[in-house]
Amino acid sequence: MAANPMTQFEVYRIGPEIKIGTFDISFTNASLFMVISSLAILIIFNLGSKKNSILPNKIQLLAELSYSFVSKMISDTAGSKAKPYFSFIFSLFMFVLFCNMFGMIPYTFTVTSHIIVTFVLASFIFIGVTVIGFIKHGFGYLKLFVPSGVPVILLPLIVVIEIISYLSRPISLSVRLFANMMAGHTMMKVFGGFVISLGIVGGWLPLSFSVALTGLEILVAFLQAYVFAILTCIYLNDALNLHH
Amino acid sequence: MIKKIFFQSIFFNFFFLKEVFAAESGGMPQLNPEFWISQIFWLTLTFGILYIVLSKLILPKISANLELRKSQIQDNIEAAEKQRKDSESKLKEYDDIIFKSKLEAKNIFKDSREKVTKDINNKKETLENQINEEIKKAEQEIEVVKKSAPEKINKIAIEASSELVKKLIGAEINNSSISAIVDDLSKKNGDKYYGN
Repeated sequence: MAANPMTQFEVYRIGPEIKIGTFDISFTNASLFMVISSLAILIIFNLGSKKNSILPNKIQLLAELSYSFVSKMISDTAGSKAKPYFSFIFSLFMFVLFCNMFGMIPYTFTVTSHIIVTFVLASFIFIGVTVIGFIKHGFGYLKLFVPSGVPVILLPLIVVIEIISYLSRPISLSVRLFANMMAGHTMMKVFGGFVISLGIVGGWLPLSFSVALTGLEILVAFLQAYVFAILTCIYLNDALNLHH
Repeated sequence: MIKKIFFQSIFFNFFFLKEVFAAESGGMPQLNPEFWISQIFWLTLTFGILYIVLSKLILPKISANLELRKSQIQDNIEAAEKQRKDSESKLKEYDDIIFKSKLEAKNIFKDSREKVTKDINNKKETLENQINEEIKKAEQEIEVVKKSAPEKINKIAIEASSELVKKLIGAEINNSSISAIVDDLSKKNGDKYYGN
């Protein structure tokens, strides 16, 4: 049973079953790690913003560096018009990053390795960006599907492709994060299983692989959070500054 | 027949695998919809709270801290710049003062030198005048003395001769007779004995 690399993704109920109507909203291990991640973010950033000294201490420096990192990322990709959405993108980046990072601790649960979680986030972003686009540009937002400088003959094809690519945004965004997290964790579990099955003689090779993979997965955990946030910025940029 | 089974096994390999997985643990737990609603609910709740607390309480504070630090650093830089300018102007002032006072000292030196040389010249002149007068006076006196010298010498000669006579012959001789002789002699050989 422990050898099955997929068991780590199983969701199970913690505590009693809670039901609203026919919906089961019981507190699960996934919920636990969402709460832990959010609390960790709130505690770190609360400590980092509590005391304002000219020479910041370590935790304040961490908070302020993250702030300027996200702020720079947004202004670089979506311009100054995206400033009202800074808090959302900051929370999104931090939430995904902390969920990914908590998943790197052995015996924990990776919230972002579940398609439903990433899909809800991505759909929310997709709907939000579309609404913002229509509010800012009205029906002119549909010009997004008609790139300028395209021959008239190709236009119907291009428009169809553009619409499909636009509609597949939430899927690509959610599957990218979910698949990366799931694949990485599965691979680590598989190599961990090899260490056990090959024993003291042959287990060293998969063990060294496992160590290397842990480093790689920490990088991927950061990178995927960054990619998730920066793609959100790019979609937002499309909605705010219509380039086509 | 064998070929057909072989191809079937390749084509439907995927289904067999899936059946194997399903038999073992129910496939990917991610695709099990049992806890989807729960995950959506808890995601919305935690992320919502996170977003609200971050955007309303924490991020404005961090932003204010950063702004404050930026403005404080800016202020300090400005103050430093101002002080630098101040010190530069002070240095300039100081240099000016030094330059001016040097010039003044030079002028004073020059003036006083001129004055002193003038004074010296004046004093020299008056001194020379005085000396000249003194010389003149002395010359006059000498002249007077020169003129009166023969008479005095005659007198001395008379006295000396009367003394000599007295000592030599022990006889007193009338002064008038001696003076007559001396006068006579002096008149005769005046040029011989006196003057150059």
